[in-house]
Amino acid sequence: MSAPELLSYRLWVNGHAREVEGGRLEESLLYVLRERLGLTGTKNACEEGECGSCSVLVDGRLECSCTILAASAVGRDIVTLEGLSPGGGATALQLAFVEAGAVQCGFCTPGLVVAVTDLLARVPEPTDDEIREAISGNLCRCTGYGRIVEAVRRAARAQAAGMRTAP
Amino acid sequence: MIVTKAPPLPRLGKSLRRPDGMAKARGVFKFSSDLDEPGMLWGHLVRSPHPAARIAEIDISPARAMAGAAAVLLAGDVPGRPTYGLNYPDQPVFASDEVRHVGEVVAAVAADHPLTARRAAEAVAVRYEVGEPVTDPEVALRAAPVHPLGNVLAEQRVVRGDVAAEGDVVVEGYYETGMQDQAFLGTEAALAVPDGQGGIDIYVATQWLHIDQDQISASLGVPHDQVRVHLAGVGGSFGAREDLSMQIPLCLLALRTGRAVKMVFGREESFLGHVHRHPARMWYRHSADRSGRLVKVEARILLDGGAYLSSSPAVLSNVACFAAGPYRVPNAFVEATCARTNNPPCGAMRGFGSVQVCVAHEAQMDRLAAALGMDPIELRRRNALRPGDDLVTGQVLEGAVPVIELLEACSSAPLPPERHWETTEPGDLALPGGSGRAAEPLRVRRGVGVALGFKNIMFSCAFDDYSVARCRLEGGRVTITTAAAEVGQGLVTLLHQIAGEVLGTDEVVLAEASTVGIGSAGSTSASRQSVMTGGAVQAACQAVADAVLAATAARVGVPRASLQLAGGRVVSDDGCVDVPVAEAGALCGECFEETVTYQHAATAELDEKGQGDAHVAFVFSAHRAVVDVDVDLGLVKVVEMTTAQDVGRVLNPLQLVGQIEGGTSQGVGFAVMEELIVEHGRVRNPSFTDYAIPTALDMPPVRIAALVQEPQPGLPFGAKGAGEPPAISSTAAVLAAVRDATGVAVNRAPVHPPDIALALAPGTRAGQGDAGVTPS
Repeated sequence: MSAPELLSYRLWVNGHAREVEGGRLEESLLYVLRERLGLTGTKNACEEGECGSCSVLVDGRLECSCTILAASAVGRDIVTLEGLSPGGGATALQLAFVEAGAVQCGFCTPGLVVAVTDLLARVPEPTDDEIREAISGNLCRCTGYGRIVEAVRRAARAQAAGMRTAP
Repeated sequence: MIVTKAPPLPRLGKSLRRPDGMAKARGVFKFSSDLDEPGMLWGHLVRSPHPAARIAEIDISPARAMAGAAAVLLAGDVPGRPTYGLNYPDQPVFASDEVRHVGEVVAAVAADHPLTARRAAEAVAVRYEVGEPVTDPEVALRAAPVHPLGNVLAEQRVVRGDVAAEGDVVVEGYYETGMQDQAFLGTEAALAVPDGQGGIDIYVATQWLHIDQDQISASLGVPHDQVRVHLAGVGGSFGAREDLSMQIPLCLLALRTGRAVKMVFGREESFLGHVHRHPARMWYRHSADRSGRLVKVEARILLDGGAYLSSSPAVLSNVACFAAGPYRVPNAFVEATCARTNNPPCGAMRGFGSVQVCVAHEAQMDRLAAALGMDPIELRRRNALRPGDDLVTGQVLEGAVPVIELLEACSSAPLPPERHWETTEPGDLALPGGSGRAAEPLRVRRGVGVALGFKNIMFSCAFDDYSVARCRLEGGRVTITTAAAEVGQGLVTLLHQIAGEVLGTDEVVLAEASTVGIGSAGSTSASRQSVMTGGAVQAACQAVADAVLAATAARVGVPRASLQLAGGRVVSDDGCVDVPVAEAGALCGECFEETVTYQHAATAELDEKGQGDAHVAFVFSAHRAVVDVDVDLGLVKVVEMTTAQDVGRVLNPLQLVGQIEGGTSQGVGFAVMEELIVEHGRVRNPSFTDYAIPTALDMPPVRIAALVQEPQPGLPFGAKGAGEPPAISSTAAVLAAVRDATGVAVNRAPVHPPDIALALAPGTRAGQGDAGVTPS
């Protein structure tokens, strides 16, 4: 087998231009974020678009980064978990996840945080049904979802009360 | 409702936040798949596509010639023991002469890119002479041996009382459970780094560091102390990480290439690369007198262990011990066997053994109640185990046996409101099948079911079960070192709380878990770590506290006997000294360090009649399920789960709720959707597309009707492990509710829509209410 053709391109990630040098065409956005750009907050649980662990925002839309070829995301606005709290602190939503007991093994947590950030931007005061529907693309094996739903309720209340990010 | 007979403690019993929570929420916690090392290679395994075949020839030259490929390893490249295994090494590191299941590892490759590694693995040319697999466990018991060690992996009888005894009422049934997968989110992953001097460090998501070290060392032929196993972040386990997955091949690749090598399983490979819950076939016969008192329970239970031993003996032992359920059974005859087949290997999964038999013994109790014309709750109440009773194994129950309390709490909890289906629009989320399916509101029926279950905690049957912990107190700061695997359950939080409780401080640091410089903590399984490593940490901290007390007495110049430890403080009789232990230690200006091994009370082997004090402690569990079923389509919506749990003492309420909700969810999944479909030895659905686990829309709210806190004598703080019990009785309760809703005698977990719909369809055995499967 001959050596694969290598590509160089630029992605726009969390508001910054990121150069990808010597990438392979078949690399997913998930792979490039994790292995080339060091953004391991985006998780790799199924790599077949079923579990939501690799959720990112692409041009403002919630997407599974495992199903997108990285080279096809040139020119798109990509936001990962790391981009949700640019200062490096925690968002009110992340704090709510920890305080409500929504984090166990934590492998699904980053994807859920991205998905719920998207939900609360669109629907600031979701009903329980709306919460469950919004996170139904994110599999969690540890929690049974009860504490996750509670975390989203708390975050929505905090957002409504105008609370800002915690340290 | 919390039923408590336990006095409160200063730090335990509080919902301390988990110390790794924020790192996980921010995505900076390092899971095993997040690790890297400059210049590292990527590994990939070559797996058998056949359930049974002879290996005629392996040609590695095409793989070796591939640009970027660095190494290809076969069986001949294993310098040490060629096999491994949790109980007994019956599983080849690399198959060389024959393969015994789909997914069996034949070779390993390393390359400079994961895609190259995968291509190189595909390029390893293995010529197989395909044989006829043995895929039916019943057939396996009579078939030619699948393995030189034969086709019986484990067997156990339990014979109690008069096996000829007969009650007035007899019910018989046949039940099955399917193959469930642990389906943790973080797939198997590890990084192995050679030290350049023949030794190796491996960073791996596992459940038991030291047993990994034992097996890796044996197969590498590298001395024990030169194999250093470090815990990398674990994305859930539920039993599937107790056996080795990639550890030995990965270390071999790293030693061969002299470079760091990382391996991450994809989801399909994860389904093929770890053990599953044993499928079970269960024939039962219960007899009772007319008042409903059980006279005898007979059972024949056959497990499919797949191709290799794994932890089948422990699973089989549980099946035999707990076959009759948490009931008084004066006479019993149980025959349990685990067969070796060419199916995927089975082993540990949350609630192992108890989950399978709970499906059967609870269906039998409902069937018996119907035959007696008695309320099934009342039948259970009459037969429930009570303190001081003995099991069918002859073991007398010591301490808490709150079966009746759990039953009462669950069955008397308020029911969710009835749905008004006549005003429900098609497509409503509350309908069975959700918005995307076509359930007809007026064809939806509601049902309610209750189930009881129980299980041992910690390792049983004379196993040398222990955990080692070190406590170091220096300058008021506490460092705790153990090799216990945090897998998501929150042990790290409990260890903080326990150390803080004994030493009177919140300044506690947990050292990284590894095999370096500390003894084994045993496995994170069998609901054992809160007790075992919790107990070891308590004892180590207590030893430090005793030393601080002695040093304080010397420093202050008072007799040692005039000082006491109370609530994490050093206190003098006259009240002049009253200071937290950690602070007292700092005032002494010394470093205190103690290492302690904690062991639970000894247990015995079961004899050939299944008699013996094989278990150290038990937990009891109750669930009530409410379901809505579309009787035409067979779609089931689980509306609510109510549970009551026997916990000994609540150490962290929030984490306990997490265990209860999560365990209940896995039971709900097993009841209505989760099954690895294996046909002719091949897994047909190794993906999250086809192996469905509950989503937030499938999983209903969990109501905790009672947490019975009755501290268990002999256990640290009286707390029982809480990981498994919520998974034991949840599946059985859902199936009971489906039977109640439909009248169909569902006898199989999981119940699939056709089991219901076809049983009720016109022209079939409608009205007879038989569904599911009949024995072969």
